[in-house]
Amino acid sequence: MLEVLAGFIRELRASGLPVSLTEDLDAMEALRHLPLTDRSAFKAALAATLVKSHSHRTVFDTVFDVYFALPPAGVAGLEGDRGASELVEAAAQSGRAGERDGPDAGDLAAQVEDALREGDDERLRALAALAVMLASGMTPGRPMGSSYYLYRTLRSLDLEGALERLVAGARTAARGELSPLEERLARDRFEERVAGFRAAVEAEICRRLVADRGAEALARTLRRPLPEDLDVMHATREDLVALRQALQPLARKLAVRLAHRRRHRRRGHLDFRRTVRQSMSYGGVPADPRFRRPHPAKPEIFVIADISGSVAAFARFTLHFVHAISTQFSRVRSFVFIDGVDEVTRFFDGAEDISEAVQRVNAEADVVWVDGHSDYGHAFGAFWERWGEEIGSRTTVILLGDARNNYHAAEAWVVAAMRRRARHVYWLNPEPRSYWDTGDSIVSQYAVHCDGVFECRSLRQLARFVEDLG
Amino acid sequence: MTPAGERFASAEEVQERLGAAGYLADPGIAGVVFLGDRLGKPVLVEGPAGTGKTQLAKSVAEMTGARLIRLQCYEGLDEAKALYEWNYRKQLLRIQAARVAEEAGAGAAAPAWSDIEEDIFSEEFLLTRPLLEAIRAEDPVVLLIDEVDRVEMETEALLLEVLSDYQVSIPELGTVTATQVPLVFLTSNNTRELSEALKRRCLYLHVDYPDPEREQQIVLAKVPGISEHLAAQVAAVVRSIRRLELKKPPSVSETLDWARTLVLLGATTVDADRVRDTLHLLLKYQTDIAKAARELTVEA
Repeated sequence: MLEVLAGFIRELRASGLPVSLTEDLDAMEALRHLPLTDRSAFKAALAATLVKSHSHRTVFDTVFDVYFALPPAGVAGLEGDRGASELVEAAAQSGRAGERDGPDAGDLAAQVEDALREGDDERLRALAALAVMLASGMTPGRPMGSSYYLYRTLRSLDLEGALERLVAGARTAARGELSPLEERLARDRFEERVAGFRAAVEAEICRRLVADRGAEALARTLRRPLPEDLDVMHATREDLVALRQALQPLARKLAVRLAHRRRHRRRGHLDFRRTVRQSMSYGGVPADPRFRRPHPAKPEIFVIADISGSVAAFARFTLHFVHAISTQFSRVRSFVFIDGVDEVTRFFDGAEDISEAVQRVNAEADVVWVDGHSDYGHAFGAFWERWGEEIGSRTTVILLGDARNNYHAAEAWVVAAMRRRARHVYWLNPEPRSYWDTGDSIVSQYAVHCDGVFECRSLRQLARFVEDLG
Repeated sequence: MTPAGERFASAEEVQERLGAAGYLADPGIAGVVFLGDRLGKPVLVEGPAGTGKTQLAKSVAEMTGARLIRLQCYEGLDEAKALYEWNYRKQLLRIQAARVAEEAGAGAAAPAWSDIEEDIFSEEFLLTRPLLEAIRAEDPVVLLIDEVDRVEMETEALLLEVLSDYQVSIPELGTVTATQVPLVFLTSNNTRELSEALKRRCLYLHVDYPDPEREQQIVLAKVPGISEHLAAQVAAVVRSIRRLELKKPPSVSETLDWARTLVLLGATTVDADRVRDTLHLLLKYQTDIAKAARELTVEA
């Protein structure tokens, strides 16, 4: 047991969770007080002692399911259920799982649908096990990822269709008297059950994979970075959802920290006149230096972002983030470009919902000049012509993009000119540093004119940059 | 100091007794409270606003028959407000009184300075603040440190000694150690990341919105005169609203307000019009209200 637990904690650390030695010991201590037969209590105890931040919870859940897999779901739960027990026999007869997913699959789908209607969790879990046995096509030693098996299993069950039929069923049960509200409620209820069933299937697949390959090997393939460490450029759809959820609390925390720092900054510049006057009482020795009251100026921010396909996701996140903490700056103006450039500040002004504004940027900004391929040179030139005058000595300019210029002219003089007018010019590049200046990337041509060029691939890096800015 | 408590026999008992005190806990919550008692560790409760974090501490105090000592955190909280303070007015009076007595009874030797010092830095002149009070309490207490994320990072350090060793060091008096390990709850709304040192000393409990079944139970328990059918509908509507992407999803307390209003209005069932008319009880942003009304009451 100790060994499993040690492996479990090692895996948590490898996934990026900060688990200290004390917490490790606490977990062991906690387990002494619990009946080890109760899996959910066991899990809750480990979570309470090891995971100290809610955003780490999903990682914990995944690792937990790998190391402490569910006991094989009792197909016994289905006994006395005539249709199901036939299926179980069929599965047993076919011997090797997944050989025949033809005729059984339909029956099984009906069973699942039935159980979903009743909301019978026990039965759903058993059916999930059965479905994996019948339809996933899992055989020992087959080197496929769990998402492949999940896809195969769910394909045979047609859960989307089941959901529609369930809602329709609810409608007929009410003899067509279902108001939109009631229908919506019914749909949400069924959706939640379907999600639960999916999770059960996933858990079952995970269990079988562990049995096949061992926990450690599987954990390594399933290892997921924490939301704040996700690579924005290569995020999947689910990753993006996780990122969006992580963004808001992070922005809030950062805003609190910046405000706090601004208020508590100790002293301003030396006040020469008052110091000299004070020194008179010490016979001209400036023993008691006087300082001006601090006037921390909030910086004005110009964000100029490339929103062409390759870096669009990154630009969206940065815009979202910067506007979410816009109270910490005196003004935020955003510009987006591909080969043309357009100001998009108007979408954010007065918008209560930032994500909606970001959507509008994508749809409505006028950023295509010729062909819609990135042309940094032309975009910068156009920017300088129209808005260059408005950059002032308090402005911080942030340029976002991978500087993949499709071999157009760089026009790096614009960046140099910006730097002369502005307080700072920074470049954020969402590509890994090792890719810079390969192919058509010309970061270094711009970099010589910037105050700093940063690799910025994850929320964590972005937040650190913005914090230094404030 | 007595070793970590054995106030409860099992997590189930915690759940049962919390229920009797009017707090419907799920097994996760009960389990962590149970462990907090057994391991003698503080419990850090985090979660969205209005999910009953503070109420949990209150209910635990009620069910164990303990006194609740509450430290409300705010920015600028310091030692003098959290731990202890010397009652310097009383100290001044004491010194004054000594001098008067000396003058009256002339001839008696003036007390040595060390005597006075020992005298004025005694317990008599100590003003206990919540943390010290909880440590020194003879009777059973539950210590609630509310909204701990509001204090500055540096002030958190004040709490560390109390939370890990259940003691307070007072330079003039020595170390005050707890005679019993109190149950300690810290709540946080997660407006900033708490320090690792603090987190390490605590058990972590994330209280999320309850699932519809539990929410229905809560509504039934807290709203007198509500029918089971209506409570179920209330819980279902709230669940659907929470699934939307909103600025501020409705909290449990707002659910209860809504349910109470529905009862007052004499509603027996929830329909679209009623939802639209009373949505402002659940949601506090105009955009949220508009969004929810659109999503819930318009044909899909």
